[in-house]
Amino acid sequence: MSVRASGGLLGPLNPARGAGWQDPPPRKGFFTDTSLCIGCKACEVACKEWNRIPEDGLAMLGTSYDNTGGLGASTWRHVAFIEQRKPMRMLPVANGMGDSPASGAASDVINPARGAADFRWLMSSDVCKHCTHAACLDVCPTGALMRTELGTVVVQEDICNGCGYCVPACPFGVIERREGDRTVHNAGVAQKCTLCYDRIGEGMTPACAQACPTESIQFGDLEELRERARERVGTLRAAGVSDARLYLDDQKDGIGGGGAFFLLLDEPEVYGLPPDPVVSTRELPAMWRTAAVAGLGLLAGAAAAFAGRRR
Amino acid sequence: MGARNRRRSWPVLGQLTGADRLGRGAAVESARTASLSPRTATADRVVQSVCPYCAVGCGQRVYVKNEKVVQIEGDPDSPISRGRLCPKGSASEQLVNNPNRVTSVRYRRPYATDWEDLPLDRAVDMISDRLLDTRARTWQEADKDGNKLRRTMGIASLGGATLDNEENYLIKKLFTAAGVVQVENQARI
Amino acid sequence: MAECHPVGFQWVMEAKARGARVIHIDPRFTRTSAVADMHVPLRAGSDIVLLGALINHIISTQKYFREYVVSYTNAATLVNEDFKDVDDVGVFSGFDAQSGTYDTSTWQYLGVEETAAAGNRSAAGKHPTGQELGGRGSKLEHGRVQRDETLQDPRCVFQILRRHYARYTAELVEQVCGVGPEGFAKICDAITANSGRERTTAWVYSVGWTQHSVGVQYIRGACIIQLLLGNIGRPGGGIMALRGHASIQGSTDIPTLFNLLPGYLPMPKAGEHEDLSSYFESIYSPDQKGFWTSAEAYTVSLLKAWFGDMATAHNDYGFHWLPRVNGDHSTYSTLMDMLDGTVEGYFLLGQNPAVGSSNGKAQRLGMAQLKWLVVRDLNMIESATFWKDGPEIATGELRTEDIGTEVFFLPAAAHTEKKGTFTNTQRMLQWRHKAVDPPGDARSELHFFHQLGVELRRKLAGSPLERDAGLRNLTWDYPLETDGEPDGEAVLQEINGRHRSGAKAGQMLSSFVDMKADGSTDGGCWIYTGVYADGVNQAARRRPGQEQSWVAPEWGWAWPLNRRMLYNRASADPDGKPWSERKRYVWWDEAQQRWTGEDVPDFPVDKPPSFRPAPGTGGPGGLAGDDPFIMQADGKGWLYAPSGLLDGPLPTHYEPAESPVRNPLYRQQSNPTRESFPRQENLTNPSPPEPGSEVFPFVVTTYRLTEHHTAGGMSRFLPYLSELQPEFFCEVSPELARERNLVNGGWATIVSARTAVEARVLVTERLAPLRIDGRVIHQVGLPYHWGVGGSAVVSGDSANDLLGIALDPNVHIQESKAATCDIRPGRRPTGPALLRFVEEHRRRAGITVTTGNIRMTPPEGSL
Repeated sequence: MSVRASGGLLGPLNPARGAGWQDPPPRKGFFTDTSLCIGCKACEVACKEWNRIPEDGLAMLGTSYDNTGGLGASTWRHVAFIEQRKPMRMLPVANGMGDSPASGAASDVINPARGAADFRWLMSSDVCKHCTHAACLDVCPTGALMRTELGTVVVQEDICNGCGYCVPACPFGVIERREGDRTVHNAGVAQKCTLCYDRIGEGMTPACAQACPTESIQFGDLEELRERARERVGTLRAAGVSDARLYLDDQKDGIGGGGAFFLLLDEPEVYGLPPDPVVSTRELPAMWRTAAVAGLGLLAGAAAAFAGRRR
Repeated sequence: MGARNRRRSWPVLGQLTGADRLGRGAAVESARTASLSPRTATADRVVQSVCPYCAVGCGQRVYVKNEKVVQIEGDPDSPISRGRLCPKGSASEQLVNNPNRVTSVRYRRPYATDWEDLPLDRAVDMISDRLLDTRARTWQEADKDGNKLRRTMGIASLGGATLDNEENYLIKKLFTAAGVVQVENQARI
Repeated sequence: MAECHPVGFQWVMEAKARGARVIHIDPRFTRTSAVADMHVPLRAGSDIVLLGALINHIISTQKYFREYVVSYTNAATLVNEDFKDVDDVGVFSGFDAQSGTYDTSTWQYLGVEETAAAGNRSAAGKHPTGQELGGRGSKLEHGRVQRDETLQDPRCVFQILRRHYARYTAELVEQVCGVGPEGFAKICDAITANSGRERTTAWVYSVGWTQHSVGVQYIRGACIIQLLLGNIGRPGGGIMALRGHASIQGSTDIPTLFNLLPGYLPMPKAGEHEDLSSYFESIYSPDQKGFWTSAEAYTVSLLKAWFGDMATAHNDYGFHWLPRVNGDHSTYSTLMDMLDGTVEGYFLLGQNPAVGSSNGKAQRLGMAQLKWLVVRDLNMIESATFWKDGPEIATGELRTEDIGTEVFFLPAAAHTEKKGTFTNTQRMLQWRHKAVDPPGDARSELHFFHQLGVELRRKLAGSPLERDAGLRNLTWDYPLETDGEPDGEAVLQEINGRHRSGAKAGQMLSSFVDMKADGSTDGGCWIYTGVYADGVNQAARRRPGQEQSWVAPEWGWAWPLNRRMLYNRASADPDGKPWSERKRYVWWDEAQQRWTGEDVPDFPVDKPPSFRPAPGTGGPGGLAGDDPFIMQADGKGWLYAPSGLLDGPLPTHYEPAESPVRNPLYRQQSNPTRESFPRQENLTNPSPPEPGSEVFPFVVTTYRLTEHHTAGGMSRFLPYLSELQPEFFCEVSPELARERNLVNGGWATIVSARTAVEARVLVTERLAPLRIDGRVIHQVGLPYHWGVGGSAVVSGDSANDLLGIALDPNVHIQESKAATCDIRPGRRPTGPALLRFVEEHRRRAGITVTTGNIRMTPPEGSL
């Protein structure tokens, strides 16, 4: 049986099945609706609390209210803050006073001193995408990275030997090896969001989604989340928020769609997200037949990584 | 137990014989991973509480294991907060278990350059002496027109907005009976 | 709200999803603005102009809710003919320029005589102040109130209101607030279109609104708008105060405040309250309407709770053991006494004034004058360590070896380590169960103060001195847990109160209406009576929200008597029917002859809407069936306050004590009744028309961030919160950055007459320059969470060090939301050079102790 026939690296839509799980439960995921995000960072703290993640630097970055910078070994949720000169987003009026969204903010008319420019402040909580085609998983030589029966991707800290192949493989720059001496929990081990594997296995909600005050972070069955997201984007667009779009919801994209996907109000680049991410191991199946498994290391080294490692 | 409650062996045997030919899922699951369970599930008890930061009054569930707080999260039953917490509320486990927290009495003598130790009972004894001494020395029985004052202006207190009602009640009761009127809290600030 | 109360903000997001429009009025563009439908930036300190113009718009376009206004407010009530509105100087009738106080007798309703106590400042105190009314409103002889329900009589409140705000126009809003006419029109349209029978508008403020020298009048401005639009006592309406501490509402109800006894009873005043009868006389008139006429029962029950069997009718229930106040003894007055060396001992209980109070330098210098200081906290806060690592050690103003303050640091128990109730911002008490024991020496305040009381009483047990009688006779026999902790439930039971005699002796009271003035009941805080109704800790109720109605009455307990919305009788029309089906909440059930609804009716439950009392009836019986405001002496919502306020019956715009702008409305620049403390440690920046204001040309405002908590005692010591906002920063607009060569990520030095602080620069369009009176005014935003010390995870200069102390005269809260400053690129000088740097600014601005402290603004050209 060929690799492709069994699902291969570009496996079926429920990747759990391709990872050897018999009759897996529905795939779980995150839908992060940034139009509801108030940038409070409860997700960052709740994640750190639950996962016992160490403090990650005490420097002010000067990038709006973001002093976290990006995802990494010790930051599994990261809220980006984008200040831009664009009309403020108008959220839809459902059954209210019948105003068109255009009746909303326009600081140019409110503040005569500033002149024409409108302004908006976007916030978005980023996280591991739990890719359908996950390069980190593909390149892991030890089996530390694992596709769970819930379709998520986790690092098994007791298996990981810290080889670091996964780090450059990730097209989003999410996974990272934790630096530090023996006093640091899981130092030397690759780290990233587990979608709170321990919690969701018990029917609980991941810590970030549980804390999120405004339901910007929604957790659930991926299929249902996708449905909800499509509806939401339709509502927003109908209300005139023409920038609203989904990101990583498309199962035909370069990673086969994300287990974590997003509703954005601008181009992904604006949020520091790659516009068209591609699993770095896309060509792997063809090569597999001719190359030794040991070649993986070389490949991983050459794989494209999304720029922007944090400090 | 939930969907993950099953035991898998690792490593290679499963990979060779099972459906997970690439060793990315079931075949590589470690014993530790297979036995993962949330510490909320293994806590000895869970206690309902209220967030100590702002005045929204979000419900908290405090999970205790071996007489230590191991997790604090939102209480989904609360009609105020519906299980959600802000970053401060989410950090309240660290507030409680903070290694920076000072847990012994510290005492600085007048003109001293550093702290020294002091037993708690001795501290309370000394403070009550100071209070009585100052109170006696600064007691005002009446104003210059003979109007009753019955107080000391030599002692003041500030605080109470993060304290319990029961605590504020004892503070106000004791200070008032002692003639201390300069009793204030954050509500004034 | 999203910034400081993110979890509460979920309800705003939910309302928004259901069609609500959110308008955010704030100098700063915050996380709230980011998701609001409209953000209205305005100049800090100009709010009354905006509020007044909204009032003017509502009245002049006849958009007020006429039926509500006529029936439920004092709009129709006639006012004393001698009342005079503010003149060109900017003062109402009755002003005494010498003392800066009002004789409020001319503000009274027509035919109502001024009572003896009101309006007279207590003269004897060192920091004189006016009447301390606390939360109880003011007494009123209601019998002779005269009304014109056509609202046409020129003496009626409605006409006075109309005339007073006629000057507050859209043009003035643009000129003073920097808000353009289109923006203003949108607010007008939104609030008027969304009010009336079918709809309500809510106003939400955070307590920054109180931090002005006219802070109380800000809130009054919103009250007037909400009463005119019929939005009080109705679902989706109201004025929501978002308070910043877990039990700051509770610490006002059971006050650790100098001027109050529990339940908003006033502290006795020297000279006025020699005995209990004179005390009662000044609280209420037996002829007035409402529930304050039972204040005797509340007071006697309190005294019985405190002094038990020792409180008897023969000894005035121990009333003479209470100390007397005779002036402002609030925290800032105390600070002045500290600086003068007359305060010896200071308790800090979870409070960090070295960082969190205005004029941090004065706070630290004051604490250095103490003989002894007790700090009880979770962490080693800056107020506990100022003697070794405060900024004044660095400048050489203080030397550790010269500071004689004896400091006790006692570790406190955390919220999980003790049981008790917090009262949240909606007046809801929620019981917390204890999870674990506190570590080491950490103890609850309950434990500490109980122990302190035991020690004091032990040491005074044989004292023959009369002054010790209060302490000796205090009830202090609380049952103890095994670890010596007093039983918090026993304390809550004492607060609730019991029957002391009769058939129900020993049983818990279920309502404050059961309280008696004859000593047969006790109860430590009458508004909390009912929290132990039926002998059950009602605050501990936790029926899941999903299993209840949307009002969720079985979660916790709200005072009074578990009412979740105050004055909810107003949610029904005068006939007792809901104003509309959409907005039904509490109504008269004709069949049952009772008020009923979603909530506990805030009204005598069997009093029909048609009820009219016999003339002259006082107390609850004097309330007519259409008097929803049951705690007001006339049963009506007050558009105009005939008494109870010290700085005017109607909100009037004065500039902040420090402002770069001349008051365009009146000659008087700033509130003539504001409380100020002119002294070297508390210098004031000059404001127009005084010369020198150009040295401090920018408006500075302070605020909080989501990631931190006030002075940082519960956030800067935590790595998870510290890393999110690690450094003190200032927020400036790109325009100001260009003007002053400020670079994003670089440093800036911000200067006032008090000191200079350095902050990292965040250049952001969220801060906007405003065109004020033809010129551009920049605003500098400063979060105030950081302080200088050696123990926190992150530290930095403190924004509050920049601020001076000028107080609202009614409530003695400092003006920390609007001041002036200069800002320069780069870091501040260190050591003694910092003092010289600040001195140079003072010299250039010509600052002396009297600068900014001339109470009455002289006529133009005379300065």
